[in-house]
Amino acid sequence: MPLRNDIKSVLVIGSGPIIIGQAAEFDYAGTQACRALKKEGLEVILINSNPATIMTDRSMADKIYIEPLTIEVIKKIIKIEKPDSILSTLGGQTSLTLSMQLAKEGFLEENNVKLLGANPETIDKAEDRQTFKDTMEKIKQPCIPSKVVTNIKDALIFADEIGYPVIVRPAFTLGGSGGGIAQDKIELSNICENGLRLSPITQVLIERCISGWKEIEFEVIRDSKGSIITVCSMENFDPVGVHTGDSIVIAPCVTLADKEYQILRTAALNIVSELGVEGGCNCQFALHPESFEYAVIEVNPRVSRSSALASKATGYPIAKVSTKIAIGYTLDEIKNDVTNKTFACFEPALDYVVVKFPKWPFDKFVYAKKTLGTQMKATGEVMSIGTSFEEAIMKSVRGAEIGLDSLSLPKLSKRSRKDIEKLLHNIDDERCFVIFEALKRGITIKYINEITKIDMWFLHKLNNISKLEDELKSDLNQENYIKAKKFGYLDSTIERISNKKIKNKINPIYKMVDTCAAEFAAQTPYFYSTIGDEDEADEFIKENKSNKKSILIIGSGPIRIGQGIEFDYSCVHAAWAVKKLGYEAVLCNNNPETVSTDFDTADRLYFEPITKEDVMNIIKVEKPVGVIVQFGGQTAIKLTEYLSKNGIKIIGTSFEDIDRAEDREKFDNLLEKCNIPRPEGETVFTTREAVEVSQRLSYPVLLRPSYVLGGQNMIIAYSNEDVIEYMDIITATNIENPILIDKYIMGREIEVDAISDGVDFLIPGIMEHIERAGVHSGDSISVYPAQNISEAVKATIIEYTKKLSQNLHTKGLINIQYVVYNEDVYVIEVNPRSSRTVPYISKVTGIPMIEIATRISLGENLKDIGCGTGLKPCSDYIAVKVPVFSFEKLHDVDNHLGPEMKSTGEVLGISKTFSQALLKGIIGAGYTLKRSGGVLITVRDQDKNEVIPIAEKFSSLGFNIYATSKTAHILNKNMIPTNVVKKIHEGEENTLTLIESGKVDYVISTSSKGRLPALDDVKIRRKAVERSICCLTSIDTANAIIDSIILNKKVEDLDLVDINKL
Amino acid sequence: MNKKKAFLILSNGEIFQGISIGAKGETIGEIVFTTGMTGYQETLTDPSYYGQIVVQTFPLIGNYGINSLDNESNKPYLKGYIIKESCEYPSNFRKKSTLEEFLYENNIIGIKDIDTRKLTRIIREDGSMNVIITTEYPKDISIILDKIKQFKIEDSVKNVSIKEKQIFLPENSSKLTIALLDFGYKFNIRKELLKRGCSVIVLPYNTNMDDIKKLNPDGIMLSNGPGNPSENIEIIQNLKEISNLNIPIFGICLGHQLMALANNFTTQKLKYGHRGANQPIKDLKKEKVFITTQNHGYAVESLSVDRSIADISHVNVNDNSCEGIKYKNKKIFTVQFHPEAAAGPNDTSYLFDEFIKIIESEL
Repeated sequence: MPLRNDIKSVLVIGSGPIIIGQAAEFDYAGTQACRALKKEGLEVILINSNPATIMTDRSMADKIYIEPLTIEVIKKIIKIEKPDSILSTLGGQTSLTLSMQLAKEGFLEENNVKLLGANPETIDKAEDRQTFKDTMEKIKQPCIPSKVVTNIKDALIFADEIGYPVIVRPAFTLGGSGGGIAQDKIELSNICENGLRLSPITQVLIERCISGWKEIEFEVIRDSKGSIITVCSMENFDPVGVHTGDSIVIAPCVTLADKEYQILRTAALNIVSELGVEGGCNCQFALHPESFEYAVIEVNPRVSRSSALASKATGYPIAKVSTKIAIGYTLDEIKNDVTNKTFACFEPALDYVVVKFPKWPFDKFVYAKKTLGTQMKATGEVMSIGTSFEEAIMKSVRGAEIGLDSLSLPKLSKRSRKDIEKLLHNIDDERCFVIFEALKRGITIKYINEITKIDMWFLHKLNNISKLEDELKSDLNQENYIKAKKFGYLDSTIERISNKKIKNKINPIYKMVDTCAAEFAAQTPYFYSTIGDEDEADEFIKENKSNKKSILIIGSGPIRIGQGIEFDYSCVHAAWAVKKLGYEAVLCNNNPETVSTDFDTADRLYFEPITKEDVMNIIKVEKPVGVIVQFGGQTAIKLTEYLSKNGIKIIGTSFEDIDRAEDREKFDNLLEKCNIPRPEGETVFTTREAVEVSQRLSYPVLLRPSYVLGGQNMIIAYSNEDVIEYMDIITATNIENPILIDKYIMGREIEVDAISDGVDFLIPGIMEHIERAGVHSGDSISVYPAQNISEAVKATIIEYTKKLSQNLHTKGLINIQYVVYNEDVYVIEVNPRSSRTVPYISKVTGIPMIEIATRISLGENLKDIGCGTGLKPCSDYIAVKVPVFSFEKLHDVDNHLGPEMKSTGEVLGISKTFSQALLKGIIGAGYTLKRSGGVLITVRDQDKNEVIPIAEKFSSLGFNIYATSKTAHILNKNMIPTNVVKKIHEGEENTLTLIESGKVDYVISTSSKGRLPALDDVKIRRKAVERSICCLTSIDTANAIIDSIILNKKVEDLDLVDINKL
Repeated sequence: MNKKKAFLILSNGEIFQGISIGAKGETIGEIVFTTGMTGYQETLTDPSYYGQIVVQTFPLIGNYGINSLDNESNKPYLKGYIIKESCEYPSNFRKKSTLEEFLYENNIIGIKDIDTRKLTRIIREDGSMNVIITTEYPKDISIILDKIKQFKIEDSVKNVSIKEKQIFLPENSSKLTIALLDFGYKFNIRKELLKRGCSVIVLPYNTNMDDIKKLNPDGIMLSNGPGNPSENIEIIQNLKEISNLNIPIFGICLGHQLMALANNFTTQKLKYGHRGANQPIKDLKKEKVFITTQNHGYAVESLSVDRSIADISHVNVNDNSCEGIKYKNKKIFTVQFHPEAAAGPNDTSYLFDEFIKIIESEL
């Protein structure tokens, strides 16, 4: 069936902010969907609250609403735009849930809107635990013995029936939030309580624990005529028990004989056919390692993270094909873009293997519980391609940016064999490295298998790597060198391990990802490196000789805290700009969730780790005229020095100038030369020096190591004790790098993203943070244009921006952070690169910042481009960016905001007035703004005065105020009726039990010290997070929230803004 | 395992160096590639590969070892085996031996550590050709090349077919009797029939109409098999007569081609064939696409199919070639692909059910 003729305009719902369990993959999916729909000539109306996405770009849809993803907002948009259809399956769980709600309420029918891609019966069959079980029973697909319960008592009874351990899975939660494995009654009660609360329908599933079974996934696509295929199979390195998002994954399956493979494949087809899915669907199975027994774990009747991985692993565009199916096409009508000859109804054949390695945020959250279980904790992932498992895993580990170039985790080498044996029992982010260490120590594969249940196949492969390293250590020769290369080792790693120089280096070659194992000639410019006999990239470049010069754009790697999807936005735009300017765009990235790794984004894609040597190898074959590093975040920037010193042209701001902004001493000199003040500060090495300097500067002071990324290990110290504690932690791990101590100025933080050609500059807009300096800019609510600065301050900021961009010889983007205190302007940070605010400022101001920056990098100047210079006049709209956190997924992480970034994503609110924009942002970020109830206030001494007006506002609305003794005393003294609550150690009824009681709807908690999970304040904040209670940790955020509550407007009363009409 | 070198020499003169696996010596055959990512054991024992040297495009072979149940015939008939990497320590609960042990025990000469993607691209561009795998580097390449070029696959069906008839009974009571003409049949065809309660009489390839008639079967199954279909003159002649017995006939792969030839349609050699477990075919009646296993170098020419006596029932979605024929006024249908799978998807096993249904409607 061709395109349905009853479809003319389609509403696409995006997935909202990036959170753990729902990351960039839905920007990739949504972008493919929008492009596919537009290509069919359909009108596309898009809603997504996430401004960092490519799908919310002006060119992606006809109407674009960056608005809160709530049912009311979507209804309002449907009323305004009157789409005839709604596409629900490309925007993750968020979009699917909203669409189902609209359908079930009858709203879609009333408004003549067709639901594309899924119907409520299908979704219920797949997602409602009991209906799913019944459906599986009907088609004789085995499920794990399980029961849906709605209270703890029933859970305990059922667990007694099937025996412990049992798994708890809450219904309708993201990434398995609130789930877990319970070993006994007490654990079950605890997990169950939490899970029931998190489930929107207060329902959890208790099931037999089958941890240790193999976990296998199939990505399936089915069309309206019932034709059905599997795109890719995947096998988890970590057996059942670890969330697939936290597992190392290999594609295709390797330890299954054809018989097992076909049993599961057929099961997947039968399930998807019975559910009646039209489009992409993910099926997860558990397979007994010693028999044909299997069980269906889960079915996701939509495009998912796994389908993004499967797409990149095979070259098969699942999101695009799913979209086309949703609008009426059948599989045999959709062309295979890769071969251009064959069709979408085939199963990709791989002639390589793919390994996915998760990226966890534990480097940022040192106190987080690192144990992996049924609740996903990874923020992102990397993928790598190789012709052997060894090669692929080596590439993925070094590409994960965890400071490793091999599987040896240095800190483990100091541990005893006994310790290592013990560590094997831990299921955490380091398990793979512990296993590798165990193999190096000669602990047997069988022993490791017995403990970890990881299939022997994987363990033998890791052992191959371990044996090779032994060989390299004893004697590097040509034979083991070649073997090491085939195992994916970098020359630098081989030289490091062998402690010898390599004599005859061999270069990797590039092979093509073509969906068909070379059966058909392919036109995909999608490559991976390996050791082999012919270089298909070289061949491709020669055959498609275009006389165009090529430019290499370095991507931003895995999504992590501090480096999210916004850098992919920048890289994709850079690729488009480069193409538009008549060059060939070449992209290198290793994140399978992104638009940049779609093979049709750039002219050529290299799916490779972003390391010095890997990038140099690409340069050898591509011979680009230069490399662009300014759009790929720190991942790309940190290659600048190496590339520059190897004679590679950096397109844009030079290495020397980037270094002048990053190196403390050079930066100080630069500021001095420009006569720009910065907060006073010094460099120290020892604890004694640190205390002396801190006292001289006077508290509070900011402490950080000299080399920081995203505010890592940065604290604000208020006392000598703070400094000593911090120095103890830092010096214990790293003594060589000095510590920077700055006077901490608690002023207003202002941020500027500017474009400069080194002479002129353009500031699209000035942003102001709601939270005062001290909260990381990524975690602050940011307002464009700045609302509270004087003309004089504005003039100073413009002047400083000009001086800095000129003196740094900026060629492209520059991000500058200022703090304003008593009308004085200080510079706190300069980043000569794209920042996380660029996408939203581009969208709100309509200035294509990346395109202009790319043009300047390539030699044009601002004047000639004609988009103006200086500060752009403010737009009529105010945009408020509100950060979003994933604290409920990460145990023991203190949710107190501070100089270390903690948010995973963001939303935007746009309106003509500040208060309405803020309200939209706050609602979009998930705050429910309850208008009555209780507020618990417990703040540090220096906040006590400032919290009074906030408490007063809450109180005047009729909220019950609770506070710990000191705070309560001050509030009561100020005529705010406050109930005193005991601190945790003071008695049975205390702050924690108060939170438990459900009487509290807001917690305002600030403390001078944080992080340690054992601290009372941290316990209070964690308890609030676990109970899904709004927890505010900055006086300024609290103020913004109470003002929004007072505004007393519902989001549906606000005007919605189509950004294409700005 | 010792690492002896081996060489692969193509008739176009190209030489690949790799490591010897399996038996030592030299072997000449027609090179073909298969894209299946699982099912190497079934591939190794599929009689349709008679005379051929098989390249696996998936680089990791032998991952789950060799077991005692997944063989598709009594022994491997292929002439050589080419892979990228063989798994030294396979892992699977049914594993009995490793891939390399199996090759060695069955005297198959193989070569590993070959850039199989490069090789596949050559076959794709230049078509199937004769090659040699040898563990001794030849002194004179030109002599070897001549030898390679002279190689021809002959009497393939005769060499893979059984000599005496064999009878297999289903586990429970038998409801139908099927005569399976063995042109090199895969065990799973028999298993699919037994599973459906049929007794299966496997017959030598050259069994004629009279002998079949004497057995009084309810249905006749024409199996898959190796080689150029048009060389099987005797079988084609037999089939002309067998078709007139008014017994339902179901043909697979070579069986499909031979029935077409018996109806005076023609077959052609494909450039490099269809071999793999991911071939999409469209059932024109059901208007549905199915993923199938295929293994053939020849195909029935669509244009040669006389529409007055037969309809094309299935086509390949990739190249539109003929994948199935339904004969008019006769209870005969044949398919080019492998509904018995093994290895590969079971999506078209419904054809066995349809076969049974046709037979039962006769009774």
